[in-house]
Formats: sequence, structure tokens, C-alpha cells
Amino acid sequence: MKLNASTWIFAALLAGITIIVPTLNLALPETSALHVPTYALSLFGKYLSFALLALSVDLIWGYCGILSLGHGAFFALGGYAMGMHLMRQIGERGVYGNAELPDFMVFLNWQELPWYWYGFDSFGFALAMAMLVPGALALIFGWFAFRSRVSGVYLSIITQAMTFALMLAFFRNDMGFGGNNGLTDFKEILGFDLHSQGTRVALFIASGIALLAGFVLCRMIVASKLGKILVGIRDAESRTRFLGYRVEHYKLFVFTLSAVMAGIAGALYVPQVGIINPGEFAPANSIEIVVWVALGGRGTLIGAIMGAVLVNLAKSYLTAAFPEIWLFALGGLFVGVTLFLPKGIAGAAGSVGLARLIGARGRP
Amino acid sequence: MPRRITLSLLLLFAAVVIQAPARADQTADQLTGLTAKSFNAKIAAVETLAASGDARVVAPLTALLEGRLHIRKADGAIVIVKTRNGEDFFFDPLTGAPLGEAKPRSSNKIRLNNRLRGVLHGALGALTLFSPEVAQRLTAAQAMFKSAGAESLLPLAKAYLQETDASVRAALARTLAAVRLRHGSDEEKLLAAKMLADFPDRDVRDLLANTAQTAQGELLAAVARTSKGIERRLSFFNILQYLFQGLSLGSVLLLAAIGLAITFGVMGVINMAHGEMVMLGAYTTHVAQVIFHGYFPGAYTQSLLLAIPCAFLVTGLFGILLERSVIRFLYGRPLETLLATWGLSLILQQFVRSVFGPTNREVIAPSWMSGSIEITGGLALTNNRICIIVFAILVFLVLTLLIRYTDFGLRMRAVTQNRAMADAVGIRSSWVDAMTFGLGSGVAGLAGVALSQIDNVSPNLGQGYIIDSFLVVVFGGVGNLWGTLVAALTLGLGNKFLEPYAGAVLGKILILVLVILFIQKRPRGLFALKGRAAES
Repeated sequence: MKLNASTWIFAALLAGITIIVPTLNLALPETSALHVPTYALSLFGKYLSFALLALSVDLIWGYCGILSLGHGAFFALGGYAMGMHLMRQIGERGVYGNAELPDFMVFLNWQELPWYWYGFDSFGFALAMAMLVPGALALIFGWFAFRSRVSGVYLSIITQAMTFALMLAFFRNDMGFGGNNGLTDFKEILGFDLHSQGTRVALFIASGIALLAGFVLCRMIVASKLGKILVGIRDAESRTRFLGYRVEHYKLFVFTLSAVMAGIAGALYVPQVGIINPGEFAPANSIEIVVWVALGGRGTLIGAIMGAVLVNLAKSYLTAAFPEIWLFALGGLFVGVTLFLPKGIAGAAGSVGLARLIGARGRP
Repeated sequence: MPRRITLSLLLLFAAVVIQAPARADQTADQLTGLTAKSFNAKIAAVETLAASGDARVVAPLTALLEGRLHIRKADGAIVIVKTRNGEDFFFDPLTGAPLGEAKPRSSNKIRLNNRLRGVLHGALGALTLFSPEVAQRLTAAQAMFKSAGAESLLPLAKAYLQETDASVRAALARTLAAVRLRHGSDEEKLLAAKMLADFPDRDVRDLLANTAQTAQGELLAAVARTSKGIERRLSFFNILQYLFQGLSLGSVLLLAAIGLAITFGVMGVINMAHGEMVMLGAYTTHVAQVIFHGYFPGAYTQSLLLAIPCAFLVTGLFGILLERSVIRFLYGRPLETLLATWGLSLILQQFVRSVFGPTNREVIAPSWMSGSIEITGGLALTNNRICIIVFAILVFLVLTLLIRYTDFGLRMRAVTQNRAMADAVGIRSSWVDAMTFGLGSGVAGLAGVALSQIDNVSPNLGQGYIIDSFLVVVFGGVGNLWGTLVAALTLGLGNKFLEPYAGAVLGKILILVLVILFIQKRPRGLFALKGRAAES
């Protein structure tokens, strides 16, 4: 399996960002023009986790034609797994000072920890769950869906129904996940204060590394023979099946892998923003992820990452500066991109001759 | 059943001497009893007056309760004082005839104490039984069910014998039985317990449950038997109630989804902005009402009827505009359409929020749409829900007929089945597309009119329905209006029947999971299109 030059260039770029931004934050004095404030670092760390999420969607949508409108659910499940660990780390520093139970359970008058919270004291277990739970859900969901050949629009709509059902479920107080307030008020991770500069830098670096690893992994997959078959499924599913490939197995594999990636992204996201609530399951969030990918250019990987970062930069800026404008801008972006940039930014760049540089591989 | 009640009542009251309506002079004589010094005498007088059953004593007794019944100093006559334009006037207590201006300090108020007030309240309640208004009599008869004591028996029985309106008669019989059960002799209690079986509602059930705690022997058996019967009837009513609520929810889903069934089913366009079309329809209703009321205040019925074509036209034209400007460039790329229309929905939401503000807008319902039809004590059907069920059925029928029998419908079906062939025989398929999209959007607008009656008219109105609508269409099978109907009703009924066992949220989640599982079983919905059209 041979990775092309653009992959190395972009991977080097990602690695550079992962090293340089924290350096600018830690090494330079606050007076310096190049100093990156800690809040900006955290914000950018959040974008990196979104980028990983976008990458996971691009892998299935861009290369296998599976448009999931429920990927936010995998992201949120990963986030909840991490949130549960952080919640257990609070211990008796909560408002009610109960070492055994999180605050919201004390508030709801629960007597003991539900069984599904067992084990989340351990960081390793929580991290494993952040990958296993979304992965298992995707595996089961995908097994049902792909086996009965639910595809295209129908699949999109049932994935949307899935995340909607999960949102309703997590809004319930008796689910034991904090109801509509979700999990918040975290104190520390692995013994380090979550609000300290050092921890935030470490989280940023972790996000950068995860994104880099995700990118390289996706690149390796799409460059392999497996990747070729995925593209084959995307462009002519029946024909691929007639050629003797077990289409369902390929789809299931890539869908599950993508859900695991989304779960990791969620686990990285939660400690950086300090809250996870059922709103993350909202179908609108999942659709927004798809737009990041569409804007950046589906089927390019690099485009997905760029799209996620660019849209979120614009969102951070516009919601603060012109809150009225944001939905107009996002809506306009959806319409504009689908009408005028069907291949996204990466695709458009490719069509003016930069294709080789960034390795765009837009759908014809 | 009424015959049995009447018979038992006559048996019960055979011993009671029913007084003939008191003659005017007699009532006037009894009225003077109110001038007595002692409160005991006044109470006795009030009870005598109340027992007379003469509807005319309501006015003086009400005036007494309100402190407006006075004794004129000049002649000691009882008068009612009313204030007109800031000046006091005397009126005759029984006839209401004006008796001239009331000079200050020319009369003394008849004094009250709390015990007298209590007796007055009871007496007035009983007397309203003889009001000329059916509605008032009904309210009085129902209101006395819980509170009436033994002293109300006589007026109740009298009212029952005089009563001509069937519903008031039934209410009176129910109250009479309740009073008998509480205060009657042993045989009367037994008979009352049996009679109450005809009134299966929650109040009667509670009353029987209370009685059962103290009852013994034969009475206890009778009460238990009646309770059991009532429980059975009540659970039957409950099922009817769920059925109604399910139909109601189903009709809302049908209204919301049927436009989508056209755009999605016929054209393969995934219109995520469909919910916003519904929202626009609701806002059109609001605007139509505001404008219409500028000219004809209070004409709520007319403004709502006017809103129906308005909403259809506004959203329909908007739909055509969308189709021409955005969607026609995206045919054959359903996933891209999904994104673009989602973007449109965001823009529309923010647009409405900027114009109308984020808060809910009020749409006033005509009076005939509020209120409810009470089948029995345990079962009430709200009028606006009934209207929406009827409206949904009408919309569905009109659409079905339109697609089945009109020229446009024929062209539409032709394009759905085979676009290339339709083009070849001279159908302008792009024109049909635009019109079809307009039709689907217009129907969404109609849904908006209906939803404005039961939901908050806010920029987020459409968001609440879009996922459900898609589920309905996908569940029913794309391109099939009947499938949409069946799916909407199934989901509505399923939801409402699951609710009592699982709770509202869990019920909804269960439905979602069931639909997801169903799609695995039949990926093309309940009624899948067969043939080449299904291959795409």
C-alpha cells in the first residue's frame, strides 16, 4: 500500500499544527503578537475533534456512499462515555459531597449507582467504552440495515430516526445520564485539573494526534484494495455485488470503524468543552456534520477536515458577532455548496489544477 | 334505561308530597320572613323560599347574598338595590319592576352571617335547577353531585319531574341517586347503588369507593357490583379515548406527511424544508387573521376559512419558486437535495424569526372549535381535534381524487412512472415537476393551518414534525398516498396505545425503534411500488 505525496504533506501539516500551536501558547509571553491564548487553543482543540468526526463521515459517505444522518449519535455516545468517567472523577467534590453518586443522582434521590455506571472510575475502561459502545451500536444497526439492503435515502432517514430516538431517551431523567442537563461540572482528568493551561494543551495535542492517526488510517484504507472496493460499492453497488464481493461486509466494516472514530472524537470533545448533554444527539447536529464534509469536498478526507474547521471558525465568529446572520449563512452555505460547488472546496481546487497537490478525488 | 330511572324515582318519592308551584302571593308572604331579626328565622325563611321551587326567588336570594337586599324605611317593604350610572334605584324583589330612586339612608340592608351565607349558597344551587336556561340547569344538577345534602332532595326530585331536557334529566337522576346513597334510608341506598350503574364516570366510581368503606351486607354487595360494572365501562371508554387520541395524532401526522408523500414519493425529492412550509402555512393563518380582523373584528370563523386558500396559495407559490430556483438543478441527486433543502429550512426559520420574532404568535380559534363533546362522564372529544380529523380526511380525499381523475393528476402519474416516456408523448415534465412541488408545498401549508389550532405558531413549528413526517412516508411506502394514510394512522394509534404503558417519551422511542426494524424487514415500506419505478 503506497501513500501519495499529498498525504504526507497534509499529515506533516497536521503534525506541525499539533506541535506549533501549543508551543506558541506555552513558550511565548502573553504580550507577544504570536501568543495563542489558552481559550483559543481549547477552541481549536474542539475543532480538531470535529475534524475527526467529519473525517469519519467522509470515510463512509465520500468513499462508500453511506449518508449517515445520525453520526452525531456515535459522537455523543463517545462523549457520554468520557463524561461518565469525568463525572466519577468529581467524587465528593460535588455540590452534595456524595462520594458514591454523581450530583444529579443524589438530586433524584437515587440510592445506588446503576450497574451501567460500574467501571467508569477507570480511565481505560471509559476510553474503551467510548469506542466500543458506538462501535457496537453501529455494528448492530449496520448489520440489520445493510443485510436487508436498506440504502440511500432510506438509510439516511432511519439513521436520523436512530439519533432522534437516542436524543429522546437521553432526555429522560430515569435513564441515569443526567436528563436534559447532561453531564457537566467536571473537575479533573487523570488527576490533572481540567481548567489548567497544561491540561488543555495536553488535550489539544491528544486531539491533534488522534486526528493525524485517523487521517493516516483513512488514507491507508482508501488507498488499499479495500478502498477500491468501497468506491466500487459507492458508484455501482449492484455491479460490485455481482462481481462476487460481499457488499454488506464491507459496508458494515467501514460503518463500524467510522462510528468508533466518531466515538473517539466525542471523547476528546467533552473534556475540552466541559459538558455533554442530549442536545448533541439532535438530528440537526448530524446534518451539520454532513455539511462540513460537503463544503470541504466529500471523498477527499482533507476536504472534510478543512470543511469542519472552516465552518466552525465561521460559526464561532458569526454567532458572536452577528447572531442573526449565522443561520442565514449556514443555510446559504448548504444551498450554495450543493448548487455551485458539488465537489466542495477541495473538488473546486482540484478542478483548477491543484488536484495533484491536495489529492482531491471528487466524485464525477 | 331512562324508563327504569323514572320508575325507581317515582317509587322513591311516592311518599314525598310534591308541592304545587307556590302562588305569587304565597311567595311574597314567605319573602317577608327574611325581615326577621334572628338569623335562625332568616335561615328558616330562606329554606322555605328555596323549597318553594319558584324560580323568581333567585333574584332576591342572590341580592341577599350580595348585600343588595334592603328594607325600605318608609313602608318596611323588601327591595333590591341596584346602582345605575352611579345612582341607586329600588326594584321589586320578585317582579324586578323599578320602584324609583333610592335616597341615601332611606333603606336598611338585611344582615347576613356566615351560616346564612352557606344556606344561601346551597339554596341558590338548588334553585338554579329551575332556571329557564338549559345550560344553567345542567351545571347546577352536575355541581350538586358532590356537595348536595339531604335538604336538596325535595328540590331535586321536583326539578326531575318538571325537567324536559334529556341531558339535564340524566344529570338530575345521577345527582339524586348520589344524594340518596349518602343520606337515604337503607332501601333507598340500595336502590341508589343499583341506579348509579347507569352513570359510568370517575366521580361515581369515587363516590362508590367511598361508600364501600362504610357499607355492609347487601348494600356492600350492590355497591361492589355497580363499581365493577363501572370499572369495566370506564376501561372501555379509556380504549375509546386512546382510539380518538390516536386518530387525532394520526390525522396530524397524515396532514404533515401527505405533502411530503407527494414531493418525496412522486418526485424523489427529499424536501427537508417541508416542515418550514407547514410553519409558513401557520404564519399565513396568523397574518390572515390579523389583516382580516382589521376590517371585520371578531370574525374568527371566516378568517380561518379564508386562511385555508391563502395558506395553500402562499406555500404553493413558494414551493414553485423553490423548485424553479434550487431543486430543479438537483434532480437525480437525492442526497444533495436533502442538504440544499435543509439549508433552505434554516434560512426560512431565521427569516421568520427575524420578521415575526422568536416568540409564539397567537391564532385565535373560532368559538365552535373550542370546547368538547362529552359522550359520557368518562369520555370527552375535543372539538378542534375532531375538526382536524375531518380536515385531514377531506384533504386526503381531495388529493386522491385530484391525482386519480384530473388531467394534471394523470400527467403527474405518468411522469412518476416513466419520465422519459412521458416526455416522449409530449408531457412537459419540468412543468409537471414544478406544479407537483407546488402542490406538495401547498398541502403542507394546509397542514400549517390545522396545526396553528393545536400547536404553538413559532419558527420551530416545522422542526417538530419533519422527522415524523419522513418516518410516515418511508413507513407507508414511497409514492403511495394510501400507504401514507395507513402509516400515519398506524403510527398515531400505536403511539397513543403505547403511551399509557410506556409513558409518552418511551412510547415514542419504541415507535421509532419499531419503524427502524420494520424498514429492515420491508426496505421499501408497507406498500412498495412494484416494477421499474422501484429500482431507482
